[in-house]
Amino acid sequence: MSEQISVPTMAQYMAENKKPEVLFWVGCAGSFDDRAKKITKAFVKLLHKAGVDFAVLGAEEGCTGDPAKRAGNEFLFQMQAMTNIEVMNAYEIEKVVTACPHCFNTIKNEYPELGGNYQVMHHTQFLKSLLNEGRLKVEGGKYKGKRITFHDPCYLGRANDEYEAPRDLLRKLEVELVEMKSCKSRGLCCGAGGAQMFKDAEKGDKEVNIHRTEEALETKPDVVAAGCPFCNTMMSDGVKNKEKEDSIEVLDVAEMIANAEDL
Amino acid sequence: MQYLPQIIFLLAFSAAVLFFVKNVKQLRRNILLGKDVERKDKKQERFKKMMRVALGQSKMLTRPIAGFLHVIVYVGFVIINIEVLEIIIDGIAGTHRVFSFLGPVYNFLIGSFEILAFLVLLSVIIFWIRRNVMNIKRFLSKELKGWPKNDANYILYFEVVLMLLFLTMNAADYQLQLNEYQGYVEAGAYPISQFILPLIENMSNPSLVVLERSAWWAHIIGILIFLNYLYYSKHLHILLAFPNVYYSNLEQKGRFKNLASVTNEVKLMMDPNADPFAEFAEDDAEEIPEKFGASDVTDLNWFQLLSSYTCTECGRCTSECPANQTGKKLSPRKIMMDTRDRLEEVGLNLNKNKGEFQDDGKQLLDDYISREELWACTTCNACVEACPIGIDPLSIIMDMRQYLVMEQSAAPSELNNAMSNIENNAAPWPYNQQDRLKWAEEGV
Repeated sequence: MSEQISVPTMAQYMAENKKPEVLFWVGCAGSFDDRAKKITKAFVKLLHKAGVDFAVLGAEEGCTGDPAKRAGNEFLFQMQAMTNIEVMNAYEIEKVVTACPHCFNTIKNEYPELGGNYQVMHHTQFLKSLLNEGRLKVEGGKYKGKRITFHDPCYLGRANDEYEAPRDLLRKLEVELVEMKSCKSRGLCCGAGGAQMFKDAEKGDKEVNIHRTEEALETKPDVVAAGCPFCNTMMSDGVKNKEKEDSIEVLDVAEMIANAEDL
Repeated sequence: MQYLPQIIFLLAFSAAVLFFVKNVKQLRRNILLGKDVERKDKKQERFKKMMRVALGQSKMLTRPIAGFLHVIVYVGFVIINIEVLEIIIDGIAGTHRVFSFLGPVYNFLIGSFEILAFLVLLSVIIFWIRRNVMNIKRFLSKELKGWPKNDANYILYFEVVLMLLFLTMNAADYQLQLNEYQGYVEAGAYPISQFILPLIENMSNPSLVVLERSAWWAHIIGILIFLNYLYYSKHLHILLAFPNVYYSNLEQKGRFKNLASVTNEVKLMMDPNADPFAEFAEDDAEEIPEKFGASDVTDLNWFQLLSSYTCTECGRCTSECPANQTGKKLSPRKIMMDTRDRLEEVGLNLNKNKGEFQDDGKQLLDDYISREELWACTTCNACVEACPIGIDPLSIIMDMRQYLVMEQSAAPSELNNAMSNIENNAAPWPYNQQDRLKWAEEGV
């Protein structure tokens, strides 16, 4: 564990006249949020283990503009988008992977029209492709036989029709995959999307994340698996609210794979 | 005098068709008050989707009970319309059961219609019980109080009456056939209406003729009235579901449209060589919109307006909405109903003022849809996924948020904080952009 994994930046690669296989788009949560940083690190460990030649933008990365766009601020969104596109195009980026479904969706679907054309993958899709290529091995391990329920991130699932990549990875861990009442295309939002993460909820009977956590708890899981740093926060808060944090973990699929392998 | 019934029929039929055409024209005019949106590309893909989703009802069975019953009523409605064709021809030509020359095929057709009519009757009764007796949450929402609830029930009553009239007409006809009464040649099969015979078998032939003719007339007049009721009702979906699915969004649900007018301005701002006054150059003038986003129906696009008329208020969207499930005011169904109601109001305003809209001091925002509703949305697309006929309430919410933020700077204050953070340090939180790689320095 003491092995130091280096995280090269695109600027460094450029200076050495090299191009990485893939740009790891870390995202704001993955860069700054203490909980999400663990996901970032787990994913980096997996990239390292699979021998993926990757780089990050570091200080040259900026918010994709997703929360601004969903809040209705198209100006700010496009300012962010064009700034990022300028940077990525200057580095001649071709392939992007990110552990945030919001960044994934925005770069994949909304950047092309503004001049940013890249092959964009969610980290669960990328990990699955590493498995398929035999570069990464995932077998059983720590979570074998444990009850796991996967919470579909809206911007991976409904927004981009990807329901199976995270589940395929979980199956590789030989877990007992249990589905919530509403899952896949009918999956219930965690409550963070559409810039809700950054504001208080409107008046209602309860918080969306509590509602979703209740659905997750109905499956009596050992772990609630997530694929989005914001869902992770919302579900973790929900589990804490239900005072179940000692018995139920909320983990990103990448963290589970890294943990299972004891990376 | 022998032509009198035909003349009356033709008059009633023409009046109904003319009135219907007039309403369709008005509908079209109102829908075209919307802004243009590119939905005429990919014709083949659109047609396939329409066949699968509208004609094939592929999304209805997500809710198995309601979906199954709906398929019965839908199939019944479509197939029984073949019988209406016969009724219309009979009415105009003064014939009686003009298709009866088809012999066994005719027997099969009439038999099928009867069985379908019975199943429709059964389904409609279950629908009524679901709406009025069982406490099904999506039928109890606030936005359904008053007219929408009555409208839903009127449609069901209409269908019950029409099916009963159809079966009564057949029963009387069948009895007259059995009595070998003149003009009632033996034709058709009556697997359902035969059970009505015990109620009428003692009636005299003239009384049976009166019963048969009354039911025939009431049935066709009922259909003509129903046709013209559509425009005033949520039931318009039986027609508009087809164009609505055809013109629906084919892109990934996560892809929200980029405003081209903003792109131009952002490009100008980011290009150090750009002439700041060039944006007002003549050829660009038409690209600068009068406002960003939507505060009224005329700021929306025609597809959104078409959808507002198409919505049949089933509430699948609302029951999947996370905000609504947790007691917030937002209901995607209400977004569609409000849009339609405001559009109707604007349409009536145009009618009254010779096609010139007179400011009525109202708009969609605030007078119909509150800011509280708009800000409760998580943009999760559950409503869009839930709609069986391709309606996208989320796009309206987004357009209205754009108006609030870009025209009125009226975002909730926490969102303003997040947005100024993005502007200043490229993250929604107040962290320095230079620190974005700190996590790596902490050690992986």
